[in-house]
Amino acid sequence: MKNVDSKSHVRGESIYLDDIPLLQGTLFACVYDSPVAHGVLKTVEVEEAEKSKGVVKIIRAKDLIGANQIGGILPDEPLLADGEVHFQGMPIALVLAETEEQARAAVKKIKTEIEPLEIITDPRVAFAKNDLIVPPKHFKLGDAANAFKTCEHVFEGRADVNGQEHLYIETQGAYSIPTEQGGMRVYSSTQGPTAVQRAVSKVTGLPMHLIEVDVQRLGGGFGGKEDQANAWAAMCAVGTQITKRPVKYALHRMEDMRMTGKRHPYSADYKIGFDKDLKIVTYEATFYQNAGASADLSPPVLERTLFHCTNSYFIPNVSATAYSCRTNLPPNTAFRGFGGPQGMFVIESAIAHAAESLNVLASEIQRKNLINDGDEFPYGQIAESEAKTSWTQADEKFDFARLQKEADEFNRENKFIKKGVALMPVCFGISFTKTPMNQARALVHVYTDGSVAVSTGAVEMGQGVNTKIAQVAARVFSLPIERIKVHTTNTLRIANTSPTAASAAADLNGRATQVACETILERLRKVAAELLKTENVSDISFLDGFIFNKNQPTDLDWVTLVNEGHMQRVNMSEHAHYATQGIHFDWGKAKGHPFAYHVYGTAIIGVTVDCQRGIYETDFVKTVHDFGATMNESVDYGQIEGGIVQGIGWMTMEEVVYDQNGKLRSNALSTYKIPDIYSVPKMIDIIPLKTKRKNLAIFNSKAVGEPPLMYGIAAYFAIRNAVRAFNSEQSPAFDAPFTPERVLMNLYSEAAKEMKAGK
Amino acid sequence: MVNGKSMVKFILNNKTIESDLPAGTTVLDFVRYHENLKGTKIGCREGDCGACTILVGEINDDSVKYRSMTSCLMPLANANGKHIVTVEGINRPNNELTEVQRVMVDESGTQCGFCTVGFVMSLTGFFLDETEKSCEMAISSIDGNICRCTGYKSIERAAKRVSGRWSAVSGQKNSENNLDVAIKKGIVPNYFSEIKEKLVQLKQETNRPLTTDHRPLFVGGGTDLYVQRPEELIYASAENLFDDADLRFIEETNEFIELGASVTVTDLLVSPVMQKLFPNLYKHLKLVSSTPIRNMATLAGNFVNASPIGDMTVWFLALNASIVFNNNREIPLSELYLGYKTLAKSENEFIKMIRFRKDVQHFNFEKVCKRTFLDIASVNTAISLRVSSPTVKEEFPNHDKARAHAWATDTVIVDAHVSAGGVAPIPLYLKKTSEFLRGKEISDETIFEANEIIQSEISPISDVRGSAEYKRLLLRQLFIGHFVELFDFKPRN
Ligand SMILES: Cc1cc2nc3c(=O)[nH]c(=O)nc-3n(C[C@H](O)[C@H](O)[C@H](O)COP(=O)(O)OP(=O)(O)OC[C@H]3O[C@@H](n4cnc5c(N)ncnc54)[C@H](O)[C@@H]3O)c2cc1C
Ligand code: FES
Ligand code: FES
Repeated sequence: MKNVDSKSHVRGESIYLDDIPLLQGTLFACVYDSPVAHGVLKTVEVEEAEKSKGVVKIIRAKDLIGANQIGGILPDEPLLADGEVHFQGMPIALVLAETEEQARAAVKKIKTEIEPLEIITDPRVAFAKNDLIVPPKHFKLGDAANAFKTCEHVFEGRADVNGQEHLYIETQGAYSIPTEQGGMRVYSSTQGPTAVQRAVSKVTGLPMHLIEVDVQRLGGGFGGKEDQANAWAAMCAVGTQITKRPVKYALHRMEDMRMTGKRHPYSADYKIGFDKDLKIVTYEATFYQNAGASADLSPPVLERTLFHCTNSYFIPNVSATAYSCRTNLPPNTAFRGFGGPQGMFVIESAIAHAAESLNVLASEIQRKNLINDGDEFPYGQIAESEAKTSWTQADEKFDFARLQKEADEFNRENKFIKKGVALMPVCFGISFTKTPMNQARALVHVYTDGSVAVSTGAVEMGQGVNTKIAQVAARVFSLPIERIKVHTTNTLRIANTSPTAASAAADLNGRATQVACETILERLRKVAAELLKTENVSDISFLDGFIFNKNQPTDLDWVTLVNEGHMQRVNMSEHAHYATQGIHFDWGKAKGHPFAYHVYGTAIIGVTVDCQRGIYETDFVKTVHDFGATMNESVDYGQIEGGIVQGIGWMTMEEVVYDQNGKLRSNALSTYKIPDIYSVPKMIDIIPLKTKRKNLAIFNSKAVGEPPLMYGIAAYFAIRNAVRAFNSEQSPAFDAPFTPERVLMNLYSEAAKEMKAGK
Repeated sequence: MVNGKSMVKFILNNKTIESDLPAGTTVLDFVRYHENLKGTKIGCREGDCGACTILVGEINDDSVKYRSMTSCLMPLANANGKHIVTVEGINRPNNELTEVQRVMVDESGTQCGFCTVGFVMSLTGFFLDETEKSCEMAISSIDGNICRCTGYKSIERAAKRVSGRWSAVSGQKNSENNLDVAIKKGIVPNYFSEIKEKLVQLKQETNRPLTTDHRPLFVGGGTDLYVQRPEELIYASAENLFDDADLRFIEETNEFIELGASVTVTDLLVSPVMQKLFPNLYKHLKLVSSTPIRNMATLAGNFVNASPIGDMTVWFLALNASIVFNNNREIPLSELYLGYKTLAKSENEFIKMIRFRKDVQHFNFEKVCKRTFLDIASVNTAISLRVSSPTVKEEFPNHDKARAHAWATDTVIVDAHVSAGGVAPIPLYLKKTSEFLRGKEISDETIFEANEIIQSEISPISDVRGSAEYKRLLLRQLFIGHFVELFDFKPRN
């Protein structure tokens, strides 16, 4: 079953925000943003810009009719700077003009006077000043501090991991159109239509029922359009409210990169203790999250770092603390994995550190500590573990020892080319960790021609959620997929949605769709039973557009049945609700059962490093992955391949660079490099885990969006192993990404020192 | 063509159109916002994502040759007299899919879909150009397309399948035949067969570039200009040199290779003259930008842009090339650069021709960036060496490393030119290093000492492409790399 959008995609007929036909009178917006990362906004001169050709209005904070506030979790983020600026790229003024070109030209004429304040870009510095977004979070199991006394080996160190630009190929944008009674319809490239609706409501002062948010699809999201889409929609809405005209803003790439937050960089300290058999006895970690200038989604991201700080391992004594540190960078935000990958990177660093010091393979330590059924995670949930099964099945299939041996032999024979391999087990929890968000609704209509329209709260952004939802409806009604159309995500049809995030959209919205379809089908079953004169309603079944009685085909087809249903005034529409059962979490105790289930898997990555030039290639990624039972192979495999490559990108070439002044240096595609077709692994081998276990996923098909990204972490450690095969004296700092620069400087650490000293 | 007022006339998909928009308007904005063809997407407006890829057809050697280009960097003026193809121009009626579209669907090569049309256009272009119809070249044709969703494996499979199917039916390389086959195979619609005639007719109707009286801005492929100052260019009074036939030749004389200023990187890549001279041409030029950018990027544009890491500049510096201006003034390329983006060239001078001595013996080019392909160098360097023994060339072609090595150890460097980029405010001709190498044997000592000189000649700074010390170390490594590549030299460490 291919993605239902793929035909219109290849023909260029799918509609994205910038493709929506324009209404007459549309104004174009462009933002003037702060050139300084921290300071007092003394003056903003807009007179020149106001006189500029085509300019209709320039909006400042004082012009807002509602509140100057778009913070989703905490009210700490103004839409337009007022009084102070907190990061370079913070919006200060919004220009509305007759054409896009005129809006951009006018922005260039705005001038500001900003009195500089101290700029902080390092989370540890912010921590030292106690400048935290929220109070620290802490997870505890056993007695970590005391347990070190019993340990045979103890290792301490520091790990740093950089952020990541989402680089959805479609930039952020919104288009708002005035409707009756001061209301408006807002098209937005957002993962969270309700979040946009709330933000618009706040800044305009309009009640939510006057605001319709509509999302056709996104040209990529990856978390970057979860909360960060709000600002642009809110700006267009404010423009519409003030001018009574449609307002559109599709960001240019550099505006997008400069003004929006990214994956959170983290700095962390770890301490890990082992017994003589290399069992991890105790683990302490302190995480300093670089949150940026305001909360955005940093608090739940911080929490997920803690949830995944022990990855797939069982550790009886854990003490993990996380600080969300305020810096003068754009507010960092959700990104596939949502803080989990950073937590995992740190424990993998600790394990690599130990392995290196003890002269054993890291995989030895990894294997010995995999979590078992019945073991407790630091947050109290009891594992239903596939960690060992996925490891064992991968080992049987791929033969880790052989792959390691091949690399070792190659390295003995080649001086200037080295190979490295590394393993990465992954365990990732599925559900929003904020329990109330685990709910969804679906609206299903069956029309009299038998066709079916579905709306849900899920946003299609390439992950194939609409395909899966269409499959759910098609499967329940036993109709061909062409009879189902999944429509735009719209706040008038589906209210109070959770964002499409946490890999949970197909589960939640798919389940809601299933409930809606089954409810309608139940009603139609009764109609059919009457028509076919069967006593027992449960004898009626549906297959390929026909009605079966006691498993025997009848002449009654779907369209006839539907028409009869309509004549009998049966309700053929349903708005259904689904909420995940059995999950809870108590932040007071930091214990509970937050996840519906976990996704497991094990990957092995092999790389080759060119030690003359310090560049590298990924030879293979081989993984046994826990799909549960996939309901759509082509969609799910696509998610895995894409996730792995994005994870490898994060660990290798993708380097977000801010200078000391908080200016983004990697501010375009020419300076921020994501994988191209030549930098992806030569081979990606994905084998589904064999398991019979039931789970809470839709049709047993486990969520697949986020977990595979974390396999990419193995690329970092594989490169590290190859570098050490060339220069065994060197112990490269745990500092991702492993860019070609870091590779070369570690390969030739002595010469690098000389060069640094400016010999 | 003078930007501003004049009419631009070309074929857009299957209709001939005229536009009096400013000729500096990008083709991207024109097709999306004036012609309402929304299939072409915008990802960066900098040539770096390929979402806006279109095909550009032009008569060449009596047949229509198509090249992929990024419409975001292409001025309307450069479309004049050509066939511009967007996805709407290849779509078939009744929602039928072309061969390329079909394999993309079958292999799930599309997820969010935003990059997809770009891939479809590049792959379609691959079937219309003269490259070998192998899987490797099919993938090469999409080297300028970035996808954030798929991880490319599915797209790779699509490219493999569609190229495999082609080679099963046809072995030709001639591009006119390619077009016929492409039509037959359902890669492009039938109307493509009438384009040639229409273009011939159009050629008579469109006029040649005019010269302006006041300070013209010379525009080549636009791949630097449209990244640096897109707004200004729309209305600029520009002289478009890209289509000037007098500036697009590659000729071999007794002593020299002469190249027109508007020769593109792709022109070099497919030139038999260049292929003969540089056995590693493909490997090296693949390191320069991407297919659509190479299709647009001119040599003179690269030189005059004066970026310290210009690949073609570094390449030609090591060939000790000279440039000839429109007034016939000729200077060595190395003398063009006075300081950061300051040139020994007057406003009215434009480059007409580039020439270098054709007795190239050992040439190598090295480039390292964060991402090996489609990236700007952290450091790049080229070297051209002549060594003693006049018969060397025939006996030891420079790709036969093992033999060359055996011979090189007791061989003396007769002439040397070394260049490097990313290590100074200008692309550097390493004069002292080149002088030092002359008369030396190829040995550890020579290379070690030469590196000392290199380090004294360069002055790299720390920026987003690397720290100063990294660039120093990297140039050392790449310099050694030249000898590894050319002579299978074995460094000590
Ligand atoms: C995505 C992307 C990737 C790139 N990658 C690379 C890369 O890997 N390596 C690299 O070196 N470059 C790269 N570039 C830069 C660019 O493509 C090259 O510098 C190219 O050669 C410029 O040629 P052009 O014809 O497009 O120049 P234009 O943009 O047309 O012009 C550049 C400058 O040259 C002047 N000019 C043009 N022709 C003449 C002439 N005949 N006489 C005098 N002046 C003239 C123009 O006035 C202008 O100042 C890249 C660019 C992009 C957009
Ligand atoms: S829009 Fe990215 S290459 Fe043109
Ligand atoms: S499919 Fe989304 S960017 Fe390629």
